[in-house]
Amino acid sequence: MSSEEHRQHVIPASIYVGIWATLMFFTGLTVFVSFIELHNWNIVLALVIATIKATLVVLFFMHLYYSSKLTKVTVIAAVFFLFLLLALSMTDYLTRGWLTNPMH
Amino acid sequence: MATAVQTVERETYLNNGYGLKSWLLTKDHKRIAILYLISITGMFFVGGFFAMLIRLELLTPAGDLVSSDTYNKLFTMHGISMIFFFLIPSVPAVLGNFCIPLMVGAKDLAFPRLNLATWYIFNIGAAFALVSMIWGGVDTGWTFYTPFSTTYSNTHVVGTALGVFIAGFASIFTGLNFIVTIHRMRAPGMTWTRLPLFCWSNYAASIIMVLGTPVIAITILLVALERLLHIGVFNPALGGDPLLFQHLFWFYSHPAVYIMILPGMGVISEIVTCFARKRVFGYEFVALASIAIAVLGFLVWAHHMFVAGISVYAALVFSLLSYLVAIPSAVKIFNWTATLYKGSIRYDTPMLYAFGFIGLFTIGGLTGVFLASLGVDVHVTDTYFVVAHFHYVMVGGMVLAYMAGLHFWWPKITGKMYPEGWAKLSALFVFVGFNLTFFPQFILGYMGMPRRYHAYPPEFQVLNVLSTAGASVLAVGYVLPMIYFMWSLRYGEDAGPNPWNAVGLEWMTPSPPPTHNFDETPVVTWEAYDYEHQPEQEVPVGH
Amino acid sequence: MATSDIEIAEHALQHHFASMDQQRETATFGMWLFLVTEIMFFGGLFCAYLVYRATYYEAFVEGSQTMNIWLGATNTAVLICSSLTMALGVRCAQTDKRKMMIVLLIITMLFGLAFLGIKAVEYHEHWTNHQFPGSNFQFPEAEAAGVNPQNVQIYFSLYWAMTGLHALHMVIGVALVAWIVIAGARGLYSADYYAPVENVGLYWHFVDLVWIYLFPLLYLISKKHGG
Repeated sequence: MSSEEHRQHVIPASIYVGIWATLMFFTGLTVFVSFIELHNWNIVLALVIATIKATLVVLFFMHLYYSSKLTKVTVIAAVFFLFLLLALSMTDYLTRGWLTNPMH
Repeated sequence: MATAVQTVERETYLNNGYGLKSWLLTKDHKRIAILYLISITGMFFVGGFFAMLIRLELLTPAGDLVSSDTYNKLFTMHGISMIFFFLIPSVPAVLGNFCIPLMVGAKDLAFPRLNLATWYIFNIGAAFALVSMIWGGVDTGWTFYTPFSTTYSNTHVVGTALGVFIAGFASIFTGLNFIVTIHRMRAPGMTWTRLPLFCWSNYAASIIMVLGTPVIAITILLVALERLLHIGVFNPALGGDPLLFQHLFWFYSHPAVYIMILPGMGVISEIVTCFARKRVFGYEFVALASIAIAVLGFLVWAHHMFVAGISVYAALVFSLLSYLVAIPSAVKIFNWTATLYKGSIRYDTPMLYAFGFIGLFTIGGLTGVFLASLGVDVHVTDTYFVVAHFHYVMVGGMVLAYMAGLHFWWPKITGKMYPEGWAKLSALFVFVGFNLTFFPQFILGYMGMPRRYHAYPPEFQVLNVLSTAGASVLAVGYVLPMIYFMWSLRYGEDAGPNPWNAVGLEWMTPSPPPTHNFDETPVVTWEAYDYEHQPEQEVPVGH
Repeated sequence: MATSDIEIAEHALQHHFASMDQQRETATFGMWLFLVTEIMFFGGLFCAYLVYRATYYEAFVEGSQTMNIWLGATNTAVLICSSLTMALGVRCAQTDKRKMMIVLLIITMLFGLAFLGIKAVEYHEHWTNHQFPGSNFQFPEAEAAGVNPQNVQIYFSLYWAMTGLHALHMVIGVALVAWIVIAGARGLYSADYYAPVENVGLYWHFVDLVWIYLFPLLYLISKKHGG
């Protein structure tokens, strides 16, 4: 039982540096874009960029890309349930103004 | 009659090391289960004490035993003790901790030291709550609704909230431990479809523990921060929305009821199959129903807020989803009943409790469906109808399941049998006392008696007196097992490895099991609940 | 006396596991599950943020004008760099470069402390400007901007709660990295047993992740007043 068999996939250092550079770029981009008035698109763009950065961190720094299916399902489940919390709560807040009492 | 020259006492987890330190620093999941048993039994009687005072007050229509402020504290502390410090940990932390490693064929849970840590965390949380109760109590309701809890209440909200916050981490880490154990520590041959349904149920409950509890943790923390530091997001004076608190609170607290009931359902699966000597009907459906309950349970929380001021459209969505969540529960009830059909039924105490569960949980569950209907809910919300509903599922369901499990696994845990006659009598007291306590409350609620009031119109007195009488009978049913279980430790008959002739890895170890559970890692080649191939033997324990 | 990789691994094998593989996979899965709970823990705050930003957008805009974008961006960069050094540190553990691993982990800690230092500077500024919720809260700019200062107080409540909780996690992270630096210096890890390093790394990256969302949500709400 050699130790080689148990060693996990080792990612080259250059990949890590590449991811780092990409993250720095997107950070700069999000700051730059925030100075441009895009109204409702500002928040969308900011969240899209943040999600790209987050995905890179999770996939490569946290090795999720190379992890088991179970781990991947676990992470997706967490994001899904957080989404449920946000989305179902918003069904209340977004629709509160819809119904007006006809008696008033 | 030969006498042995020397008796070598077999090593069990109970005699492997004596003294306080060997228990307080144990990593053995079986000892930790017993530690939890002691803690939660204590908290159960704390909650029961408050229940007793509530029922005494409600004997008469006038609010004459305690003031309304004190009454507010009584039902608050009853709820907090029972929900957070008894019901949520009961089956997982006691029976789950003890049985799951045995059932999957492992030597221990995945993280034994974390397991012990959770017991300490639980006790620290309980201490915070108890000190707050003794110091003057808390009167916000177990639901801690804002802005009363954050701004206007003059009671020990922070201490209690912190107690609940801390205890939540015990729940989170127990769930985490169970999920990892069931995924990673199964013995060779123990595939997912051979797992006992008790494991499936605890797995589903653990998913909820891991995903839901952190949300109430942050919410309760925000309440404490708002009281202490005025970091307030719930303060209406600032534009805060009290309903946001309710959304965040119920996002956990509704799935929490499934944390409570799912492990109980797992116990019932084990017992029904053993005492009908038949494989559970539709094993895969029962297993998947557990997962479905866990997932769907997260989609329904705002049915607690139908009259709170949420939008009607949101209420419609949540009402529809609440109907859906009843379906997998109904599937389980149907499958257990089908398991009984043409089974060879034995009426030992665990089975009596299981019968009680099936009937009472059905009533409680159906009344839940009534409450999911918007029209009905507007009429009965905040009345005793709701109180009766949740006590039917929590006590008639969950507590009966816990009692069933305690009786079923007691011989395995202690190596002793409890006295069957007394046990059957206690089960009768519990069943009769429970129904006498809570059935009148359905009627009271429908007639309009509000919950959380210490005074009521005189026409409701007869039903309230019946309810209090029932509570006294129920109390006897709770105290008797305490006595005979303790009695059995010294005087009970030796149980042997498998007194029920059940199928399952835990029954293949001695009673009590050795510390390391299995001398050799078992290799599983048989299906779950393989009762067809289990020879029917005379049950060796006399009654 | 150097101990071989195998010996280090075997010494670390706990009794209830059948193999180092099982132990390692179990530990890593456990850490991921813990991070799942952290996602939901912070998630509650994000839900509150979502609801109130939607309701009091202008107040949130005004509140965020007091944030120093350059300090926030610098902190974001600091954390990204720390994630790089952390990932490289784990890689060194995997490839048995013990000295390099310790160097990289110490640099990671330094980045973490730099983050906390910058945060302290920001907190001090907000505190002295009476931008902490409570009876001392003052927001004179509210009137001119046409927003209710009480709603701005909600923004600040969320700012302090979210960044405070994050900073607490950073402190814990620095302590965890210190722990594995010490253990690593004592030769407890090898290419066959480095699960604690990897799992502390997972925690560290998660804390970085939370900030990746906090920065745009709290600092970059709108720059329509110029900056």
